[in-house]
Amino acid sequence: MTSTDTPDLECTNLCKEFGKVRAVDNVSFEIPKGSFFSILGPSGCGKTTLMRMIAGFEDPTSGNIDIKGKSVLNTPPNKRNVKMVFQHLALFPMMNVYENIAYGLRCIGMDKAQIDQKVRDVLDRIALPDVGNREIHQLSGGQKQRIAIARCMVLDPDVLLLDEPLGALDLKLREAMKIELKLLQHQFNTTFIYITHDQSEALVMSDHVAIMNEGRFEQIGKPEELYHAPRTAFVAGFVGDSNRWSGKVTGLQDGVAKVTTDAGLTMLCQKQDGRDVREGQSVTIYVRPEFITASRSKGQDTQTSDLNAIHGKVDSVLFNGANSRVLVRGPSGELIEADVVVTGSTDDLHAGDEVRLNWSDQQTMCFAT
Amino acid sequence: MQSDIRRLSLILLFAPFALWIFLLIVLPHIGMIALSLREKVAPRVYEFGFGNYIDFIQEPIYWNTLLRTGSMSILVTFLALLIGFPIAYYIAKIAGQRSKGALFLLCLIPLWVSDLIRAFGWILLLRETGVASTFLQWTGAIDQPIEFLYNDITVVVGLVYTVILFMIVPLVSTLDGMDDAMVEAGYNLGGSGFTVLRRIIIPYAMPGIVSGCIVVFMLTAGSYLTPILLGGKNSSWFTEQIYDQFITRFNWESGAAFGFLLLAFTSLVVWLGLRLTGQTLANTVAKS
Ligand SMILES: Nc1ncnc2c1ncn2[C@@H]1O[C@H](COP(=O)(O)OP(=O)(O)O)[C@@H](O)[C@H]1O
Ligand SMILES: [Mg+2]
Repeated sequence: MTSTDTPDLECTNLCKEFGKVRAVDNVSFEIPKGSFFSILGPSGCGKTTLMRMIAGFEDPTSGNIDIKGKSVLNTPPNKRNVKMVFQHLALFPMMNVYENIAYGLRCIGMDKAQIDQKVRDVLDRIALPDVGNREIHQLSGGQKQRIAIARCMVLDPDVLLLDEPLGALDLKLREAMKIELKLLQHQFNTTFIYITHDQSEALVMSDHVAIMNEGRFEQIGKPEELYHAPRTAFVAGFVGDSNRWSGKVTGLQDGVAKVTTDAGLTMLCQKQDGRDVREGQSVTIYVRPEFITASRSKGQDTQTSDLNAIHGKVDSVLFNGANSRVLVRGPSGELIEADVVVTGSTDDLHAGDEVRLNWSDQQTMCFAT
Repeated sequence: MQSDIRRLSLILLFAPFALWIFLLIVLPHIGMIALSLREKVAPRVYEFGFGNYIDFIQEPIYWNTLLRTGSMSILVTFLALLIGFPIAYYIAKIAGQRSKGALFLLCLIPLWVSDLIRAFGWILLLRETGVASTFLQWTGAIDQPIEFLYNDITVVVGLVYTVILFMIVPLVSTLDGMDDAMVEAGYNLGGSGFTVLRRIIIPYAMPGIVSGCIVVFMLTAGSYLTPILLGGKNSSWFTEQIYDQFITRFNWESGAAFGFLLLAFTSLVVWLGLRLTGQTLANTVAKS
């Protein structure tokens, strides 16, 4: 009866120290069955170390790891039913594709006919039915990727760990593999833990994402939660693009904080749950470019109470199809990014235009510093 | 113009190499084969013929010595691999980046000292009045001096000691190129330590193993000093027979035949070894 609700993987208060360096610091999380979970963080924040502890290649300094409800701390790596796709894949170059996939099956002593069947099945599932006899160096980057996944999936792991597996691929292939990985995960219906420093990979593919920084988990949530309701300044700054100002709270009224930036601008910012903002406190403000509307100033100002506004001059237009942006030089000389629609007509903004930037106080994220 | 210069520099670069190969390797062997195919019919009168080779086949001492040299060399090669592999693995994979260089250098130190001095070192240690014997008497483990020299075990130990370096160097360089992740992947996919060694590490290190074994086998079979000094007169090493023919008996024709036979025999062993392990020179030595 417990099998339905025990998470595939659960880590509690996991810590790992290398000498004085705390690579992983008190990390707790659980991953429900069959989900795609990403760990996103900058380089050197401890992602690989965390994954290596789950796979059994490092012993945690303290804390516990449960797989399917059983602690695996005393289980050696070759007995854990957690398989790993390494950063550089680590396919065995002295074996051909068939042998690479059969390796794990041979290790558990499966008989020949069954191995043959399983290898053929998994090659079909990754849509590479005819590559069994190829050598590893005869495969393309994307094919190697899929073989590395197949080599793990043929063993029916409880959890599949992927450590920045797309890092070595070129941009175009990476985009294609993102979608493919997600489809593979659906198809195998296995829990994937995907490590990356690339936010677009994490946001596109995952059911849940954990943001990691300096060994700690800053926030775990659905991609859209992390994007729209970041709980810490780090998450707000790391996930997605944003404009940033630092300032001080100069007034609080009806859950709306009035912040005066260091450059003397005033901004309104709706207070969100769980965030403690007091008067006189130093804060950092984040505003996403897509929530800022830029329009040509026409003399008079129509500031409504819940709308922040800044005047500036267009510095340049960054054309990128649907994702075009303008860079606006604000009153204190800072550059502000705002999304715009570039239609190609005369109404478009051009460098040198005077513009007014507006955004609502709901879209103004404010964190104590 | 540019390509002329390039061709000229290529010729200049290769000239010493080609000269070396030709003068010191090809020419002596042609001379040796020619020499070995002469039969002495009377003083200063020679005839073409296979007499020297027929002598070799008809005298069991000769080919027994050759077979003995071959089998002991195989044993030495095997022992050098058995001992050298863990050392090389330690240096390449387990030692830290800094101690790696130091350990490697340490392995090279014996090369600073000439073969002769090293062999004398062994003699000092192992002779009847040597360090080992005296020490054992002092501890009371034995009550009479023991001669450790002049037996096969000492010869094998001495040879392993002299050649093991040539096993370690190629092994370290191949193992160094192995991604640690590959070993980890081996464990991760369910392999035991033995499986990982047998299916991943050894196949990966095969180029180094093969080239190390070839070098060590050739060096051992062709060595002279160590077997003579540590094995004494009854070491029955084939190079000793060659030396005997050339220097003691002044029978250059027969000596040349023996020399050629040694080359042919060791080449045959290497070829057989490659065939039996299913390796080829091209995909092992060329890659290491
Ligand atoms: N074996 C190790 N010995 C000492 N320090 C290590 C070791 N492995 C990782 N670290 C340190 O732990 C931190 C996290 O590393 P890592 O987990 O590789 O980060 P990431 O994968 O997120 O880039 C880094 O500061 C790194 O220097
Ligand atoms: Mg990493």
